[in-house]
Amino acid sequence: MSFSILLGKELREQWRTYRFLAVAIVFVAFSGLMSPIVAKLTPELIESLTSSAGQAISIELPEPTAVDAIGQFLKNLTQIGAIALILVGMGSVALERERGTAALVLSKPVSRLPFLMAKFTALTLVFGVGLGLAAVACWTYTVVLFGPLEPGMFLQVSLQAALYLWVLLAVTFLCSAVFRSQIAAGGVAFGVYVGLSVLGMLPRIKEYLPRALIEGAGALSLGDPVDVSRAAAVSLMMVAICLAASWRVFEGHEL
Amino acid sequence: MMAIVCEKLTKHYGSVVGLDGLDLAVPTGTVFGFLGPNGAGKTTAIKLLTGLSRPTAGRAWVAGHEVPFDDHAFRGQIGYLAEEPRFYAWMTGRELLIYVGRLFGMGGSTLTRRVDETLEVAGLGAAARRRIGGYSRGMRQRLGIAQAMINSPPVLLLDEPCSALDPIGRKEILEVIGLLRGRATVFMSTHILADVERVCDTVAIIDRGRLAVQAPVEELRERYAAPAFLVQVEGSGGRVAALADDLRRLPWTLGVEIAENEVRLFARDLARARRELPEVVVASGLTLLHYELVRPSLEDVFVRLMEERQ
Repeated sequence: MSFSILLGKELREQWRTYRFLAVAIVFVAFSGLMSPIVAKLTPELIESLTSSAGQAISIELPEPTAVDAIGQFLKNLTQIGAIALILVGMGSVALERERGTAALVLSKPVSRLPFLMAKFTALTLVFGVGLGLAAVACWTYTVVLFGPLEPGMFLQVSLQAALYLWVLLAVTFLCSAVFRSQIAAGGVAFGVYVGLSVLGMLPRIKEYLPRALIEGAGALSLGDPVDVSRAAAVSLMMVAICLAASWRVFEGHEL
Repeated sequence: MMAIVCEKLTKHYGSVVGLDGLDLAVPTGTVFGFLGPNGAGKTTAIKLLTGLSRPTAGRAWVAGHEVPFDDHAFRGQIGYLAEEPRFYAWMTGRELLIYVGRLFGMGGSTLTRRVDETLEVAGLGAAARRRIGGYSRGMRQRLGIAQAMINSPPVLLLDEPCSALDPIGRKEILEVIGLLRGRATVFMSTHILADVERVCDTVAIIDRGRLAVQAPVEELRERYAAPAFLVQVEGSGGRVAALADDLRRLPWTLGVEIAENEVRLFARDLARARRELPEVVVASGLTLLHYELVRPSLEDVFVRLMEERQ
């Protein structure tokens, strides 16, 4: 009962404070629309630069394809999208504690678990819709600029990217539940993001880490699918662990 | 029947003692004033009673329930106003009350009626559809009181309910609190002694986390406040100070306070003070403008009690 009331408030808050709009614009503009355009124009841009530099430099670039657009899409999602996600997620719990609104709600007959879960669900929905819109925009523009693109493959690429971002959202959420300051939460979440990216390059363990989902999505777009089931399983476990830890930590906080 | 009971309630923040074995019993249906100097432990005690904070030792009962840390079920029995209430700035006042009411399980026409009532009582009817972000501090305070009352709880825990209000706002809110007497137990912390005198039946004064005294307001006055004479004189500040020094040396004087041309004398021997005080003033060469035996105020009690404890 209280979960649906709390979730309704969270969703209205995302809408009324323009966070949903900001997330949608960042995802659609920077990942959805810009990715195929950048892929299409990069060779022409480089060619114009080299020709203006004279005959001394000559770079042969292959004709851009839809694969380049997907590569750019993944790159933008895991960079600009990830930073947007940390910026929005870092205050989700910390800011309510910092401002005292958590005490307002939790002095009512509300348990801490639905309080947290409503927040995480709302964030998941906002970023899920943002990513969904970005994926539709990217697919449409890629088809317009490069020709047909298999929707099933692109859907799987997007889902793998979504799972990767979901892990980052859960990590940011945990940091927000641990720290009273949203700046501290954001800083630590960014540190974990960099750490996961670095670890994701190490042989032996990289296939188990969330970063493998993005590598796998890139390989899938090249028509060379790889098994990402281990990375997907670890990612889901990380989300579950982060949520359980958030609850555990937040339960002990005095307000 | 007690609405609130604290038994050796203790709270430590590391090496800092917030509350030091507080024992308290608040009768049901009373308006109870919880007084103390800054840092005495008033807010700490209220947070412990709401269950938002965990005691280091001791126990507390509110509305017949033992207060557990973060047990949401018993919170249906309380209304809570924080010291500096904070809300979601994007909501309107009305939306906030509907949201809070729904968290208490209210809905439909009952909730709508209750929201309208509390908005009216809090004096926010005209601002109900404005964003809280645009509210003044006083309006936020009123909204805080409204949300604390939305579920008509048997126990209201109010931390400084009038601190941000102007005199008219204070009067109105104190009237609302007064109307709750007999219908609910109001436990209010405050540092505005005039508010306590106006509305509270019983008072507890705490100091450094411990109960200093608990008694009905009248009884406190009789027990702790020495009779005081208010003397207004005409003359220079230096001569008024000299008069105060002379008065302090007299055997029937307990204490003397001066404020500009006004001298307040607390008497140890009321009869002698009444007889001799005018003579002393006249002998000092100052012109006596006003002379009155005043009723001791709660402030006198508070000041004296704090001085005694130091």
